[in-house]
Amino acid sequence: MATEQKEITDLVKRKYEHGFVTDIEQEFVPPGLDEGVIRLISQKKGEPEFMTEWRLKAYRHWLTMKEPDWAHVRINPIDYQAISYYAAPKSQEDAPKSLDEVDPKLLETYDKLGIPLHERARLAGVAVDAVFDSVSVATTFKEKLAEAGVIFCSFSDAVKSHPELVRKYLGSVVPHRDNFFAALNSAVFSDGSFVYVPKGVRCPMELSTYFRINAANTGQFERTLIVADEGSHVSYLEGCTAPMRDENQLHAAVVELVALEGAEIKYSTVQNWYPGDEQGVGGIYNFVTKRGECRGANSKISWTQVETGSAITWKYPSCVLRGENSVGEFYSVAVANNYQQADTGTKMIHIGANTRSTIISKGISAGHGQNAYRGLVRVLPTARSARNYTQCDSLLLGDKCGAHTFPYIESRERSARVEHEATTSKISEDQLFYCRQRGLSEEDAVNMIVNGFCREVFKELPMEFAVEAQNLLNVTLEGAVG
Amino acid sequence: MLTIENLHVAVEEREILKGLDLSVNAGEIHAIMGPNGSGKSTLAQVLAGKDSYSVTQGRVLYRGEDLLDMEPEERARRGVFLAFQYPTEIPGVNNAYLLKAALNARREADGEPQVDAFEFMRLIRSRMELMNISKEFLNRSVNEGFSGGEKKRNEILQMLVLEPSLAVLDETDSGLDVDALKIVAAGVNSLRSDDRAMVLVTHYERLLELIVPDHVHVLSDGRIVKSGDRELARELDARGYDWVQQEAASA
Repeated sequence: MATEQKEITDLVKRKYEHGFVTDIEQEFVPPGLDEGVIRLISQKKGEPEFMTEWRLKAYRHWLTMKEPDWAHVRINPIDYQAISYYAAPKSQEDAPKSLDEVDPKLLETYDKLGIPLHERARLAGVAVDAVFDSVSVATTFKEKLAEAGVIFCSFSDAVKSHPELVRKYLGSVVPHRDNFFAALNSAVFSDGSFVYVPKGVRCPMELSTYFRINAANTGQFERTLIVADEGSHVSYLEGCTAPMRDENQLHAAVVELVALEGAEIKYSTVQNWYPGDEQGVGGIYNFVTKRGECRGANSKISWTQVETGSAITWKYPSCVLRGENSVGEFYSVAVANNYQQADTGTKMIHIGANTRSTIISKGISAGHGQNAYRGLVRVLPTARSARNYTQCDSLLLGDKCGAHTFPYIESRERSARVEHEATTSKISEDQLFYCRQRGLSEEDAVNMIVNGFCREVFKELPMEFAVEAQNLLNVTLEGAVG
Repeated sequence: MLTIENLHVAVEEREILKGLDLSVNAGEIHAIMGPNGSGKSTLAQVLAGKDSYSVTQGRVLYRGEDLLDMEPEERARRGVFLAFQYPTEIPGVNNAYLLKAALNARREADGEPQVDAFEFMRLIRSRMELMNISKEFLNRSVNEGFSGGEKKRNEILQMLVLEPSLAVLDETDSGLDVDALKIVAAGVNSLRSDDRAMVLVTHYERLLELIVPDHVHVLSDGRIVKSGDRELARELDARGYDWVQQEAASA
């Protein structure tokens, strides 16, 4: 099977398409972290006192914490004093009021990424809050959203214009002491998105944010907070790409979702950060804390993620099912190619009676990639008749990669029912030969088989995102064969 | 259409085909019969391009060109079709999707325009009826959860849609009941034409009552040891293979 191995090798070698660096002057805060830097960040952003204090409290707690080491990943040591904790595009000084005023180079960057902001926004009816580095530079469709009473703005704006909401909900799902990276994020977060959907409102459009890391040695510490008030509904899309870099770049975001009684939040991610080269050099470290709380009865939170990028991915979008009859869902496709490492999964914490959760995880490993599913299903004694269904499938392409599954099930309620199914498979030679005998190239055959493997997850994505996700997967794995 | 000369094929050092000769003209149907382990399926797989077999000697010409030099997908695009003995399951990939992709790959190679979903449905409707396949079948994953008979009918449906120049059917009759066998035979017969050749690999004569071959060959120990017409198949059915093998040994 020597030829097959060669084909695998050829096919897996596929350059990252979005590797370029935009030449724009950055306004930096010098590298390093102390209370002075945190005060400076807070001051630059014109934050009220409570925010500054909140950051400092988180920072002081962070100092007492140790970097966690339990994940199934190998990490080069991170020098937190070498990171610059704030960067803004210079043109931010005189903030653009419309797209016409946006630095053409920024728009060009979006174009290269295949995100023609104005066109895409108009055609797809999607409001885009584009984050370039740490500061939002363009926000569209604000008026239409405002009509519905939906607040969708940058986190910085929210702190100033809706401090009462921020104060009420910030850190209420992911407290600053939650974990090392969440604490760091709480201390230094630069910007992100804020969404509030009022009672009974169905958000009139999909909300979308594109993230992009662009400054060398600039950590990215996004903070997203979405609050769906009683009986409301919102769907939020998040997608990322990053330019080619040799340094490892840390990304430690926090996403908090709050669903009140009868509310529904659907959060979809397509993540394509620079994964490092074929030797495993460079690439983004993606250590993200994502958690949603179904705070009210009959509420629902659904996470869908397609993770193809990053050198190391470490994230567990979770649901705290507090309200009775609340529903948590997690649909995930995670890819680890070349020397990528992914340790991802979810936590479903059942607190309320009749809470239900579904976990569908599809892990794809290729090259020397290591892919771990880590999932916790915890049922507390209060969660009468709670139910969970977990399905965890791994697909291996080639023979140097790995798939690992770490399910944790803690059920303390007798009436609960927890099911876990897991499979590991390879794309078989027979499947490939069958497709090729029907005239498909090997590459098309692999794409087709992999997309088939992921179908249960892709169908959860909004239509335009699903197509993008499929393309992304094809690009990422082009031709990896098992 | 197809010329096989002195073909030797080995799997992991073990020789399975030991100097096979066969010539198939356009418009002809050839049946390859023989006991288990005689090399019938190996021949079918080698013609389709399965790479776990190594050809150690001989050559195969397809329309005057070296078939063995082509990748499996190239053979398919040029009109070589294998109906698999054990069609593989592909979870999550729907039947219609694979079939449309296969048809478009073939059309692209022929310089013909791609079919869209509408034209595709129009094109396959009558063929599905012929194979007694319902519409919902198209949305099921390729071969997943199919009964043995469904898998075989699906193979023939694919063949009808792709309209190959050279079709190799590997034990398409195995595991079929009488009704399913009739459907499969009707499908195959509908494709008989002067510009198309077929090779049927089987060890039951009953298929050949329904699809009448022009030539029948007996494969034994990696070689064709006897050739004849459909009467040979009937004789084999009545007398078994031993006498042919003995005849070959004494010759």
